Amino acid sequence: MFEHYLNIFITTVFIENIALSVFLGMCTFIAISKKIDAAFGLGIAVIVVCLITVPLNNLIYNLVLKEGALSWAGLPNVNLEFVGLISYIGVIAAAVQILEMFLDKFVPALYNALGVFLPLITVNCAILGASLFMIEKDLKFGESVVYGLGAGVGWAMAIVVLAGIREKLKYSDIPDGLQGLGMTFIIVGLMSFGFMSFGGISL
Amino acid sequence: MKVKQYKDVLSKPLIEENPITLQILGICSALAVTSNLSVTLVMCVALTSVVSFSNLFISLIRNYIPSSVRIIVQMTIIASLVIVVDELLKAYDYETSKKLSVFVGLIITNCIVMGRAEAFAMKEKPFISFLDGLGNGLGYSVILIAVAVVRELFGAGTLMGYEIFSLVSNGGWYPANNLLLLPPSSFILIGLMIWGIREYKKDQIEPNEFKLSGHATAPDLRKKEANV
Repeated sequence: MFEHYLNIFITTVFIENIALSVFLGMCTFIAISKKIDAAFGLGIAVIVVCLITVPLNNLIYNLVLKEGALSWAGLPNVNLEFVGLISYIGVIAAAVQILEMFLDKFVPALYNALGVFLPLITVNCAILGASLFMIEKDLKFGESVVYGLGAGVGWAMAIVVLAGIREKLKYSDIPDGLQGLGMTFIIVGLMSFGFMSFGGISL
Repeated sequence: MKVKQYKDVLSKPLIEENPITLQILGICSALAVTSNLSVTLVMCVALTSVVSFSNLFISLIRNYIPSSVRIIVQMTIIASLVIVVDELLKAYDYETSKKLSVFVGLIITNCIVMGRAEAFAMKEKPFISFLDGLGNGLGYSVILIAVAVVRELFGAGTLMGYEIFSLVSNGGWYPANNLLLLPPSSFILIGLMIWGIREYKKDQIEPNEFKLSGHATAPDLRKKEANV
């Protein structure tokens, strides 16, 4: 059983890395990777939010939205999958808001570190993407917890690595037009070619 | 005067203020769906219609949205539009909708849509907001289509599924470059595209944080080598 969960974790972190293999959360990935500190803070925030929202959305899908899921309420023939998108994004927005208030009240140190990034995360495709992939893979609740953690850790790892490379890159002699954004794109491309080498591994 | 403003709003995002290459918005989907031109076209139509209509509707109710809950109101409007697009696609083009999988849903969090709603539609009148959405959608489409043409033409020798270059494997002359079919290649293509646009529009170039001191150190090095 443990092995099964470990498999899911390793697969989501390395083989199906959410940033470098499926390219989600790219806007923030490229915009906030200039400094390692900021990248690290954002990475932690993504891990926390993924870990909360993916299992939450899993519960909502399995208990409310899925075809026949409402049979416990006496409605066996109702299929609410078409309102899926709006409920997932609602859950994410609400979870982020609640997390923000909770941190503000009880863990102010963490709130000060993550504060700026939390609102940004609502519109981060990595979070919604993780939920949508979880639905597509039809994971059970326990698996979805591991999947959420893996997706967050994978994304955080990728952004910290990119920030490290970009910090070193500041001192290199790059053609003017390629400075900044252009060079970052090419580096991310090369990194993701590197990550493709994990693709051949089967667990 | 009005007409010129409309024209500006519509044409500026195409190259000069392109959402992808200048504002770094909406790149997420730009990469994963560009290996095949016909899928890309569907994605472009979907995004352009969502961004223009979300701009229109948000602009229509902009004076009634309390600013403290505006994000969630915008989100709801955008999500509803995306659901409409998603359901239409499932009904009329199921094959493509399967290929796009989660990427249609991800239009909700596409930063172009949110960005334009927040930056433009909340302030301007409905019609011009609609045009702004249309312009930004087209700007996104221009980049996506360019990437998709390069990737499909040189990666598989076809365009929209029709053979353009006859492949070596079918007895033709063109050895397909499979590297281009891999998703990471689109990063490199967009990177080069940004380089091209910035060489043409010099004012978009980002300043270097640390200026290198040219080749001043080169003679010293040579001297050192000579001493050794």
